[in-house]
Amino acid sequence: MDDPLIVVALLLVAACATAAVAVRDPERQALVLAVLGTALAVLFTVLQAPDVGLSQLAVGSALTPLLLMLSVRKVRRRERGKGRTR
Amino acid sequence: MTRRVRRWVLAVGGAGLAALLVAACPALPPFGGATHPYGDRVVHESLARQTANTIASVNFDQRAFDTLGELGILFASVIGTVVLLRQTRDERRAAPEPAAVSLPVRRYALIVLPVALLTGLYVVAHGQLSPGGGFQGGVVAATALHLLYLGADYRALENVRPIGLYEVGDALAASGYLVTGFAGLLGGTAFLANTLLPYGTFNTLASGGTVPLLNAAIGMEVACAVVVLLARFLDQAVEIEKESGS
Repeated sequence: MDDPLIVVALLLVAACATAAVAVRDPERQALVLAVLGTALAVLFTVLQAPDVGLSQLAVGSALTPLLLMLSVRKVRRRERGKGRTR
Repeated sequence: MTRRVRRWVLAVGGAGLAALLVAACPALPPFGGATHPYGDRVVHESLARQTANTIASVNFDQRAFDTLGELGILFASVIGTVVLLRQTRDERRAAPEPAAVSLPVRRYALIVLPVALLTGLYVVAHGQLSPGGGFQGGVVAATALHLLYLGADYRALENVRPIGLYEVGDALAASGYLVTGFAGLLGGTAFLANTLLPYGTFNTLASGGTVPLLNAAIGMEVACAVVVLLARFLDQAVEIEKESGS
């Protein structure tokens, strides 16, 4: 734990994760999740696990937020559709 | 169960977990040590088989059977998603209207798309040499294709993405992994044993015996699976809507 780089990366992850929980709007949450994914990728790379870092970068900061955004869009569209037929 | 009882159950469970975690921590090796008994053995094994990336050696040689399990999980979950997100009887497809894309977004997406696609393919191809591999590269390549949705529109994405082809590719890649495993059983010693092919020269693309083959199979499987997965989500988000009046 004496490496300042590791401490900084850990703090960054903690801050991003807290922000991801604190943000309540799902669309923004997906964006914060992407930032959290990048921070985790940095942490893994600093901890000398670049393979895991790459996985995290691809899945955590691109794929998961994208799936979340698409789900949010579907739910919003359904709500709008209901409003129209009423 | 009342709210009060539920809270108590949660508190007792949480306290128990915390106590066990704290009790387990003193037995752990110190953080960030220079030597690691398992790591040393793994590196030795991977160098003996001319595989430059030790992680690839673990994933596709020493623990290739575990990777087969992970492949199965991804395959099954994509099938589950395809079944769940299909178009049901009371839904219809509405052709999405082309939306205006602002010029900087379009330019950025169309410039980055080939770079990202190439990066993904590079990461797959060099999985046995440098950090990365089939899974990471496959996800990058598959998500790169979807920049077309950002830069152009949904119709353009559908044109480069005949979904049936990707479903076939997914199944082919998964069975390719299995066939390589059985080839090890027939021509070598055991299922997925890396004894069939010559190990080649260290740090070249063809080194590592069956590692590059299994790596490529995983790359294709993951890329196709992610494309199919995102296609189902996109279908639901953009095209399929509830039949009005039902």
